[in-house]
Amino acid sequence: MSTTVAADSAVDATARARDLLGVTRLTNTALTSWLHGLPGVDQVGAEARAAALGTRSIKTTSKQWGIDTAISMIDLTTLEGADTPGKVRGLCAKALTPDVTDLSTPRPAAVCVYGDMVEIAKDALGADSRVNVAAVATAFPSGRASMPVKLADTRFAVEAGADEIDMVIDRGAFLAGDYLTVFREIAAVKEACGDARLKVIMETGELVTYDNVRRASWLSMLAGGDFIKTSTGKVSPAATLPVTMIMLEAVRDWLDLTGEMVGVKPAGGIRTSKDALKYLVTVNEVAGEEWLDNHWFRFGASSLLNDLLLQRQRIATGAYSGADYVTDDSPSLY
Amino acid sequence: MAKFEYAPAPESRAVVDLKPSYGLFINGEFTDSEGGSAFKSISPATEEVLAEVTEASPADVDRAVAAARRAFNGPWGRMSGADRGKYLFRIARILQERAREFAVLESLDNGKPIRESRDVDVPLAAAHFFYHAGWADKLEYAGLGAGARPHGVVGQVIPWNFPLLMLAWKIAPALATGNTVVIKPAETTPLSALLFAEVLQQADLPPGVVNIVTGAGTTGQAIVDHPDIDKLAFTGSTGVGKMIARSIAGTRKKATLELGGKAANIIFDDAPIDQAVEGIVNGIFFNQGHVCCAGSRLLVQESIADEVEKRLKRRLATLRVGDPLDKNTDVGAINSKAQLSRITELTDAGEAEGAERWDNGCPLPDKGFWFRPTVFTGVSQTHRIAQEEIFGPVLSVLTFRTPHEAVAKANNTPYGLSAGIWTEKGSRILWMADQLRAGVVWANTFNKFDPTSPFGGYKESGYGREGGKHGLAAYVTTGDTK
Repeated sequence: MSTTVAADSAVDATARARDLLGVTRLTNTALTSWLHGLPGVDQVGAEARAAALGTRSIKTTSKQWGIDTAISMIDLTTLEGADTPGKVRGLCAKALTPDVTDLSTPRPAAVCVYGDMVEIAKDALGADSRVNVAAVATAFPSGRASMPVKLADTRFAVEAGADEIDMVIDRGAFLAGDYLTVFREIAAVKEACGDARLKVIMETGELVTYDNVRRASWLSMLAGGDFIKTSTGKVSPAATLPVTMIMLEAVRDWLDLTGEMVGVKPAGGIRTSKDALKYLVTVNEVAGEEWLDNHWFRFGASSLLNDLLLQRQRIATGAYSGADYVTDDSPSLY
Repeated sequence: MAKFEYAPAPESRAVVDLKPSYGLFINGEFTDSEGGSAFKSISPATEEVLAEVTEASPADVDRAVAAARRAFNGPWGRMSGADRGKYLFRIARILQERAREFAVLESLDNGKPIRESRDVDVPLAAAHFFYHAGWADKLEYAGLGAGARPHGVVGQVIPWNFPLLMLAWKIAPALATGNTVVIKPAETTPLSALLFAEVLQQADLPPGVVNIVTGAGTTGQAIVDHPDIDKLAFTGSTGVGKMIARSIAGTRKKATLELGGKAANIIFDDAPIDQAVEGIVNGIFFNQGHVCCAGSRLLVQESIADEVEKRLKRRLATLRVGDPLDKNTDVGAINSKAQLSRITELTDAGEAEGAERWDNGCPLPDKGFWFRPTVFTGVSQTHRIAQEEIFGPVLSVLTFRTPHEAVAKANNTPYGLSAGIWTEKGSRILWMADQLRAGVVWANTFNKFDPTSPFGGYKESGYGREGGKHGLAAYVTTGDTK
């Protein structure tokens, strides 16, 4: 197997994990006692806290700032079997010019596509757009493939020019308590990423409990993930505010423990400006304002962008327009 | 400057139509006082005068009691439970319809954040009327004893911390069981009770069933001492509660007293720590700590004390203190100058006795009465701030090593109103709840209220229960007729 990255430049995730856990050999037992030693999450209390954060009233100048910030945090996404070069080029055009009526509108952080569309997206975005290309990899969305296939999938996307890789964890292994397998997969994919930033999709809808979300978050960070991400968008529920809050607590506590920042990306199901602002409030009050930057927080979304643009136009003109006054490059096929 | 500043988001005051002055609500209408004087109700956030209110004289109280007696002997006493229930349902619905008006007025007069008056006080007040409306025609099945019947005229004196909610806790069970009422709201927060009088008129409640007399201590004393009052219900300080108990000793009057508290909020090392921190915040900073069941003593297991303290202080840095009408305000104004002095005196004593003081350093408005969310660490049982009720946004942190020590410290207080337990261990919750001498024990939550759940204290926190079937029992008698 060849790797594009020199071995000494890769983070030696296992060595660091041994160090953090205080063990001489990283075993599943060691990982289990570490993850199960994390404080529990009380479901009722966590949901009440998230609901309370959702009642913040964000008006006027704060709303304006929040909308522009949210736009800049979007990973504009298309992940369909029916994706075509034309669809991806349309998505990239939208990323480059979100609002043709107002060229001061910020661009989203990235477009997010399947690995085989990376080259087309790179080409459409050009070199200076500052819009990244993110590719899903590792047998997205199920993750049910052999390790060589997952790594090949990752390397293919990186070699095609992906700036970011969105991998999925093996939820079966996680739920079976085989944390070491999940750890090794993430660490191996991270190494295969080279300079690309790695987002680790935990598929929280399949993990079900907040305790699992917390453990999966810590496991992903320990194995070297640059971002922890809620969902593929293919499983319901996708991102929710309480789940994202639990993840924000995890990255906050990880920073305390290691001095390293890890990003958070809720994906799927966030469609309105109002929802996006609730997430920003939660980022602000739970993780802290350092995360209020598209280097550290992203929204995985498609239709959210146009709702943010409608609100942005409303603030600029004082009147609501309508869906036909924002361009739509991802209409339904049916 | 913060990256994400929340712009002011004030709730509009326009929804409230305040009159310059108010009389007394006696026999279904607003009347002038006979020989009483007037006082002003101010907004504690700005010290602005909101309205002038009447201080009822003993003669006014006498008129109110007489009206209540006529209503009891007249239409209300003869009315079926089902019909009484209809009035209660009607009141509940009107409260919901006028919820925003009540929430704004409550925040103006009391200083509490609109987020709380809107999401807690007013919805819970309506819920109490709905709940008791359902009981009105089912009292025979409430297990209150054979031949249970109303006392007659009840006198009620309520505090300033939850003006409308305490009014609902008092009036709803009294009416459901067929009593008539003379009620006195607190002198610093009379306005929501006066607005409630309009609701009673709107609901067409027969005259005299509920009479609302405003005033201070002497008005309250006149109610307590009135010979034609059958039962008293009081919520307030232990000092005043004791005075009431002395006043009625040797009379036939019954009483329920909801008094002070110094609740322990107990955090074990296996607690869900982020939710426990929220529980600490809700326990003591909810309603500026003006809560009789507030979790004012934090008992934290020594092995996680530093971790909890660190997380708590980080969380408190995000609390927003300021304009009660701003929808993003978490902590509002202290209710009165007198209360602010009391809090200041006790916190100064805490410092003098050697506890370590910390506050979140937030800016405070220039006018009005304000106190920063404050935490004392290194507190001992002997310190005044661990023994006396501060009734403000001040938390005293103590530590313990074993469950037995936690119980001993939690119970080592003359009060016994509430307690909180935070642990992932179900068996420990049950054992602790059994050991704690407190009327309400919350597990992995704090300051949650529901009309179906009885609320009340042990020891110097008073006697009698409010809410649930236990609360109904306080408003009926099975004894001989007088």
